[in-house]
Amino acid sequence: MSSPLRREDVAYVAKLARLTLSEAQLDLFTEQLGQVLEHANDMNALDLDDVVPTAHPFGLVNVVRDDEVRPSLDHDKVMAMAPDAQDGRFAVPRILGEAP
Amino acid sequence: MTLPDGWEMVVGLEVHTELKTNTKMFCGCANAFGAAPNTNVCPICLGLPGSLPVLNVRAVELAMAIGTALHSTISPSTFHRKNYFYPDMPKDFQISQYDLPINAGGYLDLPDGSRVSIERAHLEEDTGKSTHLGGSGRIHGADRSLVDYNRSGVPLVEIVSGPDIRSAAQARAYVAELRGILIATAASDGRMEEGSMRIDANVSVRKSGEPLGTRCEIKNLNSLRSLQRAIDFEAQRQIDLLDEGGKIRQETRHWDENLGTTSTMRVKEEADDYRYFREPDLVDLIPDQAWQDRVRDALGPMPAERRALLSARLQSPTDALLGAVEVVIDLGLDGYVNGAIDAKVAPELAIARAANELAAGIDTLDNLTLASFVTTLSMEQSGDLSATQAKTVLLELLAKSGDPRDIAATRGFERLASGAVGDIVATLIEANPDEWSRYREGDEKLAQFFIGQVMARTKGQANGKEVIAELQARR
Repeated sequence: MSSPLRREDVAYVAKLARLTLSEAQLDLFTEQLGQVLEHANDMNALDLDDVVPTAHPFGLVNVVRDDEVRPSLDHDKVMAMAPDAQDGRFAVPRILGEAP
Repeated sequence: MTLPDGWEMVVGLEVHTELKTNTKMFCGCANAFGAAPNTNVCPICLGLPGSLPVLNVRAVELAMAIGTALHSTISPSTFHRKNYFYPDMPKDFQISQYDLPINAGGYLDLPDGSRVSIERAHLEEDTGKSTHLGGSGRIHGADRSLVDYNRSGVPLVEIVSGPDIRSAAQARAYVAELRGILIATAASDGRMEEGSMRIDANVSVRKSGEPLGTRCEIKNLNSLRSLQRAIDFEAQRQIDLLDEGGKIRQETRHWDENLGTTSTMRVKEEADDYRYFREPDLVDLIPDQAWQDRVRDALGPMPAERRALLSARLQSPTDALLGAVEVVIDLGLDGYVNGAIDAKVAPELAIARAANELAAGIDTLDNLTLASFVTTLSMEQSGDLSATQAKTVLLELLAKSGDPRDIAATRGFERLASGAVGDIVATLIEANPDEWSRYREGDEKLAQFFIGQVMARTKGQANGKEVIAELQARR
């Protein structure tokens, strides 16, 4: 049976995730990810009409906190993490496109 | 603006409003505009590894309040990660509601009677703020950018309208009415100039009766004026292009306020792929009926209802008066106006003083009690204060609070005895024979001279019309 996933699908997803994959890695991940999808197809073959979709393994809903201010991090410590900073802000290289 | 014959524009709006919470959406950092850069940040809103988001209950309730006011169905909802790489999003994803928004459907009725459908109003987090250095201050040509994450994680509600809007003026009316609702629900301060409301407009054109045309999205309009101008420009641009035999390309466009034009920002070559998937660190949000009822019960009346209530109290609603009513509703001054009318102040007077004097002093409105407002207007109505004096008293009350009777007494604002104006006019005529003879010969401008003199001698107590009547009587 052919893989449910095409090599170009894996290359596309890698591009979206900004991952650079070698030709050999593309082959490997096409096969491995294909196996994951095969497994999902096995599930599709079952009659699950009576099973409620499970969104989360915990049976919790509406987990919220009160709207109360808590201390933020020290500004100097935050900026010490920045590879580059200017005027108390993170400095980043030229951005090539507008935000989505 | 009217479009050329046979053409119609189709507009849908996405309005992003920052919610007026104390803290951010998923962490306890302060949600405050104008703080020093990167001072309201923590591991969660900086996207540091291992940090876990916890939903702010107030953000949820404000979103539900907006949905309730827009007649939406409050629905079981979930959160997704919208993945993209951009420096204003340190996690490399934005948490947003996707296929299951908290508010589904709904509508907003506009003052002109038209109805705009609402598709959804969902929760999402705001991004950080980038400043581009070098070039024109926009991205293109900038050398590098600086990022402040104070805004990162601030709760937003995005309200998406149906493609029901048919003119730029209607788009403006929609946003103005929506802004009133956001203020009335306490969800937003409505300060568009501070970016607390940002609008994207989807604009397409078609010949009447034809299927929808290709749309362009104009991003980040942040005033009613920009919104209206940008939509008008864009519709005309598309019509011109089609008339010349061109084709509309689906794209994102930027509005340039100075040039008054839109220009290409980003072409959508294929559907954007953000690899949306469920945010595994957040569980479902399923407000039960009791919670929904509590939010609904806490809501005050919306602008449409308040406008109708106040308008109904007017004897003869002129356009000017209705315009003033709109200012009163927009600034939330109807409590003062209704209180004054209840105390037998003429509605026209109450509305005029609120729409002018109170509107001008809106920043210090807390200094003015309803009782002082009513007292001042009652004194004006009975003649104890002239209009000029009443305005002076209101300004002082707004500036530093106090008792209107004390203020009037301190300033020497006393009611004129009957006949006092006539006596003063007679004295002035004697003292200014040249002016008087020119007035008698028909130079009406001299009336202002005499009124000014009378006002000076009466500390503004005299009524200008009474002065003119006295002058006329002696002419």
